[in-house]
Amino acid sequence: MAQAQQTAVKHDAIYSVNQFNLWYGQDHALKDVTFDIPQNQVTAIIGPSGCGKSTFIKSLNRMVEMVPVVKMAGSINYKNKNIFDPKYQVEELRTNVGMVFQKPNPFPKSIYENVVYGPKIHGIKDKQTLDSIVEKSLKSAALWDEVKDRLHENAFGLSGGQQQRLCIARSLAIEPDVILMDEPTSALDPISTLKIEELVQSLKEEYSIVIVTHNMQQAARISDKTAFFLNGEVIEYDDTNQLFSNPSDQRTEDYITGRFG
Amino acid sequence: MSSIDKQLIQRQMGKRTFQNKLLKALFFMCIVFSILVLGVLIIRVITQGFTHLDWDFLTSFASRFPEEAGFKAAIVGSLWLMVIVAPVSIFLGVGTAIYLEEYAKDNRFTRFIQMNISNLAGVPSVVFGLLGLTFFVRLMEMGRSIMAGGLTLSLLILPIIVVAAQEAIRSVPNDQYEASFAMGASKWQTVRRIVLPSAIPGILTGSILALSRAIGETAPLLMIGALTFIAYLPENVWDGFTVMPIQIFNWTGRPQEEFHLVAASGILVLLFLLIIMNSIAIYIRNKFSKRY
Repeated sequence: MAQAQQTAVKHDAIYSVNQFNLWYGQDHALKDVTFDIPQNQVTAIIGPSGCGKSTFIKSLNRMVEMVPVVKMAGSINYKNKNIFDPKYQVEELRTNVGMVFQKPNPFPKSIYENVVYGPKIHGIKDKQTLDSIVEKSLKSAALWDEVKDRLHENAFGLSGGQQQRLCIARSLAIEPDVILMDEPTSALDPISTLKIEELVQSLKEEYSIVIVTHNMQQAARISDKTAFFLNGEVIEYDDTNQLFSNPSDQRTEDYITGRFG
Repeated sequence: MSSIDKQLIQRQMGKRTFQNKLLKALFFMCIVFSILVLGVLIIRVITQGFTHLDWDFLTSFASRFPEEAGFKAAIVGSLWLMVIVAPVSIFLGVGTAIYLEEYAKDNRFTRFIQMNISNLAGVPSVVFGLLGLTFFVRLMEMGRSIMAGGLTLSLLILPIIVVAAQEAIRSVPNDQYEASFAMGASKWQTVRRIVLPSAIPGILTGSILALSRAIGETAPLLMIGALTFIAYLPENVWDGFTVMPIQIFNWTGRPQEEFHLVAASGILVLLFLLIIMNSIAIYIRNKFSKRY
């Protein structure tokens, strides 16, 4: 781990996770998680089902608090501020940290209204500004050409892959710094998956991305850093190339070579 | 050695299918009986009611003479009552539902409230009448007014609206909340922009059905002392009033046979209004309900 910490310093850390523990009731779901998430990089989180990777990514924007029996200890610093500080405004955090979910979850509104949802709740009313936000966000999400002629049709008319890109566009519309993606391609077909992967690559120019995936090839293809979770612990965190070609922990090697999980 | 005896299964097959057919017939009899009773009721009311149902009936006041008796004061009184009941009960009911579903923590107090709302829905309406009489009419000195009657009926249908609104709110999928919160929306913004638009068809349907229950209520209004015979229209919410079911009740209590026919006409008007309200509820449910 000491070596991994060293290599992580190359990019500035946007998140710094320190001795973070989380319990669902009696169930100890995350144990002493400690690592830095670099800025403008893609950080992949891999691990078998139930290892706490979804819980971890939901902790980064405090969505985990929607579960009533959750308890936490330790700290997660976002830009050097502890997000679990009672004075920290969760709405402000989530304005800076967007999230894309496992299942596409557009609102039952038009494509246009889906994208402007975020800007509108933050008080932007000017029609021209909103129009340009819609165009910019949909272009960034590589969806503009497919939907530009039907912006005012219901988002449910889109295919699953298009819906997921719409959800990405929706989270881009409030210009966050970080985008959290919780298995964004697990409900999609291979072609849509490829499109989202290409999109992630292009988005890291402007955004820091954390992506949970149970597809190891995907992690290897698109991420710069990879953290391997097992039973709520971070077993290994390193440059993706390093972790996949030369893992330092036997359990990591067993997992990425498919011996379990 | 098979553990399933194929011959035994064969032998029991006939018995099982016969049982199925028998019960199907029984359930069919149940619905035939209900429809038959309803049909007899409607036919009787229509054949009797149409004898008096004309424009004069709708525009005249009540009278000692059956041929001159009209329904005007009762219709207007019922409408006045709705002016109070609809906004008060929907506002209180939806507000309560939003608080219970979105803001209340899941603790003993919340569960206690929740349980009592369900209990309240089962309290006989005459008890609400007593509450209205002691609280609104006497304690708050509203007198036997539309205001007192309207507030009493609002309380009566409040639990129905709360439960309907809660169910409508609960049917909004969790991923919609997640999407909104993840964007930095506050709870109220999420409720207003995501939850209510999806829940409103359900809320309106429940509210209209509750209102149609209120419009047919007699007992609580008799308790608070709504009038049974008035020959003027209420001018504001502090005036005395009568409503359709009370007028009908009054007519059926008269010794003259003629008045029973007048009552049937009144029932027709009331039924017509109820059908309209229920149709609106069904229309709203089909037209605006969203699928996920």
